Amino acid sequence: MIDKFVTNMADAMSGIADGATVLVGGFGQVGQPNALIEALIEHGAKDLTVVANNAGTGRAGLARLMELGRVRRIVCSFPRSTGSVVFEELYAAGKIELEIVPQGTLAERMRAAGAGVRAFYTPTAVGTKLAEGKEVREIGGTNCVLETALHGDVALVECWTADRWGNLVFRSSGRNFNPVMAMAGKLTIVQTQHVAELGELDPEVIVTPGIFVNRVIHVPYGDPPL
Amino acid sequence: MSDAVKNSAWSRAEMAAKVAAAIPEGWYVNLGIGIPTLVADFVPATREVVIHSENGLLGMGPAPAKDAIDPWLINAGKQHVTLRTGGSYMHHADSFAMIRGGHIDLCVLGAFEVASNGDIANWATSVNDTAPAVGGAMDLAVGAKRLWVVMEHTTKDGRPRLVDQCQYPLTALAAVDRIYTNLAVLDVVESGFVVREIIDGVSFDELQARTGARLSQ
Repeated sequence: MIDKFVTNMADAMSGIADGATVLVGGFGQVGQPNALIEALIEHGAKDLTVVANNAGTGRAGLARLMELGRVRRIVCSFPRSTGSVVFEELYAAGKIELEIVPQGTLAERMRAAGAGVRAFYTPTAVGTKLAEGKEVREIGGTNCVLETALHGDVALVECWTADRWGNLVFRSSGRNFNPVMAMAGKLTIVQTQHVAELGELDPEVIVTPGIFVNRVIHVPYGDPPL
Repeated sequence: MSDAVKNSAWSRAEMAAKVAAAIPEGWYVNLGIGIPTLVADFVPATREVVIHSENGLLGMGPAPAKDAIDPWLINAGKQHVTLRTGGSYMHHADSFAMIRGGHIDLCVLGAFEVASNGDIANWATSVNDTAPAVGGAMDLAVGAKRLWVVMEHTTKDGRPRLVDQCQYPLTALAAVDRIYTNLAVLDVVESGFVVREIIDGVSFDELQARTGARLSQ
């Protein structure tokens, strides 16, 4: 019997190595796998590359992981936002590396990783600072930048409901990067608000099929903060 | 700014209303942060314009009443919003496929500068900023079928934002089709900026004097 559920965070984090690339879902305060981030802090892996849309806010969660010196490099589209105090401090002190990626290119690089596409050409960022040092080629009369797939050794994902096969559905804007990160992670770990019996989720509405998911843990924390 | 200009300059709401008036029924539209976000408030409820938000909403509705906030439903500016009847959710890669795949009819963005060849600079506040937040701006500027910019005609200290060449770091090359400022509406064509409308009481020459590139009529 396939059962991807684990019952404690130590099992959920098992095998995450120092130096890993960790994809972290969420956009704003919604759809963030906060319990998994706390567990990763507890787990202790360091020298991490973190891929997330934002570089953390406040002093908890992703910001705390960075403040503890566990993150060597962050890949994101929106590093400087309200409350990104820890990132600002570390970046000013030269203690964290930053790669800025246009948001759509970030999503597509992970989709490509999940789909086995090694690289792709896109017109986004042509002629800007973010294309510096990258191959540019004219395709169909348009200049395009070569972007490579972005794999995760680990993906930390939050969903609304999961079953024991790891089939997932999400809740409104909590979906965001989570499905594409689930595809791009070699080890995809999911925290879910609700648990469904196998067969309970309508096959027509499953967003992430279980093939993209390795472990699921039930974390019914409620709603994101207003 | 002369008194004549100051008195008749369009407010942020008036600029947003001008943009809204030009959006026909049936268009799929992405609105950037700032004045562009206000545009949605001026599209009449009877005209079906479908608003896209890049964090995975198509058919975004207005802000909810304070006692009806859904904590799971935010827009790209991280404000609480609603979803209209007929709306849908999608993940980030599909959301940006809509943008990058040329399915969005119009994107409206704010900007620091627009050049007469349509170059736009709207993400990094200075050439020295090493950690600016690009978000989805580069994808939107390149991917949408049309790009309109809404911004003040000049900076607070009177420097033109419509220029021959952008000084701020670029977001995209030759991408802007139309600009709504507090003083005028301009199109970007092969030959540069073409003035379509000027606020009352301001002459073409006065507008030209506040612009860093040659205007035509």
